[in-house]
Amino acid sequence: MTAGTGNTAASERACEECLRRSWLVARLGAQFDFARRRGRDLPLIFDLPDARLIAAIAGAARPAVEREYDAFDPQAAAARCSAAGVETLCRCHSEYPRRLAATTGSPAVLHVVGGRERFVRLVTAETVSIVGARRGSPYGLEIARSLGRALGAAGLTVVSGMALGIDSAAHAGTLEGEGATVAVLPAGAERPYPASKRGLYRRITGSGAAVSELPPGSEIRRWTFPARNRIIAGLSAMTVVIEAGERSGSLITAALAEDLGRELGAVPGRVTSALSAGTNELLARGARVIRDAEDVLDAIFGAGVRRTVPASRVSRCSVRAELRELFDALAGGCDTLGALMGSGRSLDQTLTQLAELEVSGHIRREAGGRYVVRA
Amino acid sequence: MLAQVATFAIDGVEPRPVWVEVDIRSGLPTFTIVGLGDTAVRESRDRVRAAIQNSRFTFPQSRVTANLAPAFLRKAGPGFDAALALAVLAASGQVPAEALARYAVYGELSLGGELRDSPGALAVAEGAHRAGLERLIVPCERAREAALVEGIRVVGVASLREAAAVLSGREPPRPTTSSPAGAATIRTEPDLSDVRGHELPLLALQIAAAGGHNLLLEGAPGTGKTMLARRLPSILPPLTRAQAIEVTRIHSVAGLHAGGLISARPFRAPHHTVSASGLVGGGTPPRPGEASLAHHGVLFLDELSEFQRTSLDALRQPLEDGHVMVVRGQRVLELPTRFMLVAASNPCPCGFAGVGDRCCCGEVDLRRHRRRLSGPLLDRMDLLVTVERPQERELRAPPLTSSARARERVLAARQRQQARLASAGGGCNGEMDSRLARRHVRLDRAAELALGAAYERNALSARGRHRVLRVARTIADLDGRDRVSAADVLMAVSLRQRDLAEGSLAA
Repeated sequence: MTAGTGNTAASERACEECLRRSWLVARLGAQFDFARRRGRDLPLIFDLPDARLIAAIAGAARPAVEREYDAFDPQAAAARCSAAGVETLCRCHSEYPRRLAATTGSPAVLHVVGGRERFVRLVTAETVSIVGARRGSPYGLEIARSLGRALGAAGLTVVSGMALGIDSAAHAGTLEGEGATVAVLPAGAERPYPASKRGLYRRITGSGAAVSELPPGSEIRRWTFPARNRIIAGLSAMTVVIEAGERSGSLITAALAEDLGRELGAVPGRVTSALSAGTNELLARGARVIRDAEDVLDAIFGAGVRRTVPASRVSRCSVRAELRELFDALAGGCDTLGALMGSGRSLDQTLTQLAELEVSGHIRREAGGRYVVRA
Repeated sequence: MLAQVATFAIDGVEPRPVWVEVDIRSGLPTFTIVGLGDTAVRESRDRVRAAIQNSRFTFPQSRVTANLAPAFLRKAGPGFDAALALAVLAASGQVPAEALARYAVYGELSLGGELRDSPGALAVAEGAHRAGLERLIVPCERAREAALVEGIRVVGVASLREAAAVLSGREPPRPTTSSPAGAATIRTEPDLSDVRGHELPLLALQIAAAGGHNLLLEGAPGTGKTMLARRLPSILPPLTRAQAIEVTRIHSVAGLHAGGLISARPFRAPHHTVSASGLVGGGTPPRPGEASLAHHGVLFLDELSEFQRTSLDALRQPLEDGHVMVVRGQRVLELPTRFMLVAASNPCPCGFAGVGDRCCCGEVDLRRHRRRLSGPLLDRMDLLVTVERPQERELRAPPLTSSARARERVLAARQRQQARLASAGGGCNGEMDSRLARRHVRLDRAAELALGAAYERNALSARGRHRVLRVARTIADLDGRDRVSAADVLMAVSLRQRDLAEGSLAA
């Protein structure tokens, strides 16, 4: 099968040429790190045809790369993918996400874990990416969670990078809102990165998908992070940044989204907080102010066209009548036992009721004995 | 002439009989001590010689050889001085040797011939009693302590001269009384009635004391974690006489106590720089560590995350078994370590998680903090309680309880447990393994449903479920109920130490 003949929707795997391209990108991994200048230029590098890419990047390794390039065995590459439980979707495929296809330097092959059809369905719907700092503050993490939750509940697909901090919180929030979410990974799609997010990875691939442009077994490199960011920006109708320092990778995603002419939003933070320097800068340059999920929906669908259902109101219905009063107090910001006890509750009863809410998954206990209302 | 007198070496906290033999024969005047002594024993030659001469006895002008038997046992410290001096006097005919045979002698000598205060007299008295000796000579500061052992006559003496007078029957031994029974009730411990507010921690302290559960207090700096932990001994049941003697012996050996019986439960709070052997015992000569000093009391580890990992790991065996085996050289030493563990920790590296928006820690910091804390030690913690800054109105309110009131509840709960666990050899709820818990924790229908639901929904891990069972049993015991209710189970869920597997952190 070649690119020329075109793939039908029914075909099961990527075409030979795209597989070779994908292999080549992974093969040039080490050289890319030398070539990497600024994240914003990456799409241009990725737009080069194979031969020119080798010429531009490979350097001393060029003869070896060319030899291996000619000897590339697509059957074996495809076999490696299926052995790793990864499905492929290539640029020549009619199902290839249209939004991503429209970008410069889009990946030749998307490697998908969690079902190709589901992935295609999810990214064809309205997509929002939520990205931000790895060391998010409790404020940022909670915003990421609640945005994910509300957007997931509203039926949008939330795209992010599964990094520590904001990214993970956005994924986790979406899952709590019973929405589907797509994680774009910096290494092979079969490998949870960071490894500590294994549990989250399982839940994401259970109802959504994990994707990567790199074939299974590829290594993490510095350039794979900005390269992954270009896919996040490319897949999404809108990108929302929550907490980013001045030199955060999330700002690369934001810049790429801006270059693509997609909607860009940022959550305002304190002007004195280093973690909000990047986001506040984006706002100053004209990004949309995002205060809640409503603002995101307004940006995508037009003001007032779609409304969110406040997540806490949904979950409140499932709280037993006797526990509602306590639940409302928690949702209203009385989030530690000391604060709750202030209004004349008895300790015994409060403890049992908190346990009940915790067991039923309505609240979560965090460090410092703070109770946080979940979805 | 040959003379022999019994004394004791202290091996960890155990007394080991040592025979001091002295042989005097004609030859050039020398004084040698053999029998594996340390430097203090070698130096004892000069002390003994001077003490004898300054007590207006004569030191034999001939060849004097002293042997400390058994020769394989390493002997440390100056406690052999008095025995050496009396053996020399007996061998040279200055005190009656046959009188000395009924005595054990223990104490350090000054150059002037006074018997100095020497730690460990209680252990020595126990050893002497076990060895079938009738009488014991100790420095008079230690007489009260040694007299705690029944069935042996303790003679406290101030000097070598006085000891010789007692032995030759010229002077009646001065009377020694063990501490009067009334003294045991005088307590100077901090009391719970000093505490304002802190309703939850107070409840947790009572549950911990009632069930022997280990407790982790979490909270921002300055909220009162240490203050609360210090008051735990005041609500624990009083020491039995046997326990008090054990505690006194350990503290006496460690040189931390002189006088009568220790009646208060020990509270030990080692600094976080403590080494593994400082915590569980060791060194040369081996000494009891903080875990043994907290025997029958409370070991409090403040700033748990600051302790070295190796020190904390060393606590595993003492926590599991109630004793620790310290191996040094060719010897194995068993030290008792049955204590309650209370630890305090900041909730996050900056310490202010849960206090408004003050916390500035990232997910990674929290994770690292949790990991530093986690491990085998946390597995033994049944209760996790957040200590919050009390509200202003609480500070103005009267105290919620007093130690006397709390202790009454604790005692009643302990009695219920002992009656129930009698068949399993006694103990308390905190020591139940899963088999015992299955047998002795009876849940009512609603409680079973509540526990089942929590487990089904993955809010509890298997280990967490077991912890909840034990704690719920104690809560019901405190209320005087045989059946564990759903409210007990839910309260235990609220107070539980969360497993990492239960994922309290963001995904």
